[in-house]
Amino acid sequence: MNVALAKTGNGRAVSDLFTSAEGRLPGSPAVAAVRREAFETYERLGLPHRRIEEWKYTDLRALVGEVLPLAAAPDSAALKRAAEAVKAHAVAGARKLVLVDGVFAADLSDVKALASEASLKTLHEALANEANAAAGDLLQTATTDAVISLNAAMATDGVVVSVADGTQLSAPIQIIHVATAAGASAFTRSHLRIGKNVRATVVESFVAAGKVGGYQVNDAVILWVGDNADVAHIRLMDDAPDAVNVTSHFVTVGADVKFNIFNMTAGAAVSRLQGFITLAGENSELSANGVNLLQKTEHGDTTLVVDHAVPNCVSREVFRAVIDDRAHSVFQGRIIVRPDAQKTDGKMMTRALLLSDEAEADNKPELEIFADDVSCGHGATAGALDDSLLFYLKARGLPEKQAQALLIQAFVGEAIEQIADDGLREHVIGIAERWLERRS
Amino acid sequence: MALLEVKDLKVRVEEREILHGLTLTVNEGEVHAIMGPNGSGKSTLSHVIAGKPGYEVTDGQILFKGEDLLEMAPEERAAKGVFLAFQYPVEIPGVATMTFLRTALNAQRKARGESEYSTPDFLKKVREVSKSLNIPQDMLKRGVNVGFSGGEKKRNEVLQMALFEPSLCILDEMDSGLDIDALRIAADGVNALHSPKRAMVVITHYQRLLNYIVPDFVHVMSKGRVVKSGDKQLALELEESGYAQFEDAA
Repeated sequence: MNVALAKTGNGRAVSDLFTSAEGRLPGSPAVAAVRREAFETYERLGLPHRRIEEWKYTDLRALVGEVLPLAAAPDSAALKRAAEAVKAHAVAGARKLVLVDGVFAADLSDVKALASEASLKTLHEALANEANAAAGDLLQTATTDAVISLNAAMATDGVVVSVADGTQLSAPIQIIHVATAAGASAFTRSHLRIGKNVRATVVESFVAAGKVGGYQVNDAVILWVGDNADVAHIRLMDDAPDAVNVTSHFVTVGADVKFNIFNMTAGAAVSRLQGFITLAGENSELSANGVNLLQKTEHGDTTLVVDHAVPNCVSREVFRAVIDDRAHSVFQGRIIVRPDAQKTDGKMMTRALLLSDEAEADNKPELEIFADDVSCGHGATAGALDDSLLFYLKARGLPEKQAQALLIQAFVGEAIEQIADDGLREHVIGIAERWLERRS
Repeated sequence: MALLEVKDLKVRVEEREILHGLTLTVNEGEVHAIMGPNGSGKSTLSHVIAGKPGYEVTDGQILFKGEDLLEMAPEERAAKGVFLAFQYPVEIPGVATMTFLRTALNAQRKARGESEYSTPDFLKKVREVSKSLNIPQDMLKRGVNVGFSGGEKKRNEVLQMALFEPSLCILDEMDSGLDIDALRIAADGVNALHSPKRAMVVITHYQRLLNYIVPDFVHVMSKGRVVKSGDKQLALELEESGYAQFEDAA
């Protein structure tokens, strides 16, 4: 394919996206080479579409069309608007690390408070460090696809956090991605290294500043969880209703770990969380819970690949979707059990609540089992709100919408209950409540 | 003015007419018992008064305090003071009983233009009411009716009745699924709520319940009509002779 001729819908050459951004992309010449190669991969593949099996239900070519140009670095006015958004979306008590339009904002972040418990660099610093010959590795991942390649090519910033062995974080770390620029893209990539015997909660929030919309987010998180750690990783996607968010997680879990994941999708016109989790140490327990709250014509995709690479691990996935109007929820769950991974116990369950006749839920469970002594399974349900429950509530004085809201909250509540931290759980319930208020 | 006037009510479910012209008048402070065999339309009447979907009123009217009840949504009827104690109260997993009670009470108050209860005031009120009805606090901490015994579910209905202070209570087959002790406890709760301003309509198949809740009037329903009305003596006669004598009358 002659890449020079590849054009987007607006007639812009695809390669413009990269060449016009190159001056702002940090890194030594070696890093630049990694970026260029990644962009060539993206150019060759283009946005994923329905003929790519992994993206069958989330055809970005049809849903998104083109990737918007890189957002400008935020000026002082943008940072001011971002500060408002941070105030509105901060989890009480959490240590905040704020990325505005893909650029780390030190003044909005709790850098000092975090310093006693974790080390922090920005991705920008790490990539620009000429002394680090392996800086290019920060842009490499074991699994890749077109959007991940694009992220590698275009990532402007992110956080590189390391929590030393034995540390008990006294407060959650909250990475807040704020968009202030309409019609632009932010590309971020963060590395989180959690040591052995660590207890930590990491939250990632995606929000818009004020009424800004029409932006795109492409985020990647590379997370290592050390042996015997107890870690919660929570993603709260509350982007503007016309935004696009594609997030990729790459997680490597050690031995004897308790690892809890929670994802909430409560915004964006088109979104996808794709998680690639490798259970690489024995006797670890993964609990993955998620809630997709979708209305209007929103499209929300949660795709999770859980790779049981070693024996004796347990994985539990429980996903719930609440789908209104003509929205579309996708859940793809794949459990891989490697030949050596005997005594694996992996289960996934999805439940969809359809609030309108035109709401759609697609569910694709896949089990790839290469060991013979395992217990794996999956299940799915889909249905409407129970009329008898609705009538009971109405007969007690609740108007239709309030009765529905109570039942929807109960439906998603079971998943939210899995969040151990009280303040954080309340924060998540607040997001769900705001979503309910937006329902027409 | 009568509290409740049901006039010549005709009701269909799908293509079948269930009530064929039912008339009933209930005044403030009165206790009415509606008795009748299975399929006579007793529960249909209670559902239509409460506003359950799926029933088509083809003729007649229901006035509540002079207003056309059939024009109101179920939640409006509740706010106006109509309360249906369900024959089978539903379980609502994930909705805490306290949340449910507060949301419902405040929704009713809001609809009436009254101020909503603050959380502390509400808690105080629930404690008072549940104490007077001997309802254990731990019942309130669970999901609505989740894992409740039949007796507990009925007591939860009585608790709501006490909390919402309706002017018309319709008790639909309150005795179903209850043993004699649970029945006595639930009936005691109902009796405690009886007042000169509040009317009760007790729907039951058996006379047994009426030993505990003594009616002023007894109506016998058969095949979608009230075929005989009288005082509590009528219930005792029914116990003796059964419903068969009325099957023909209808």
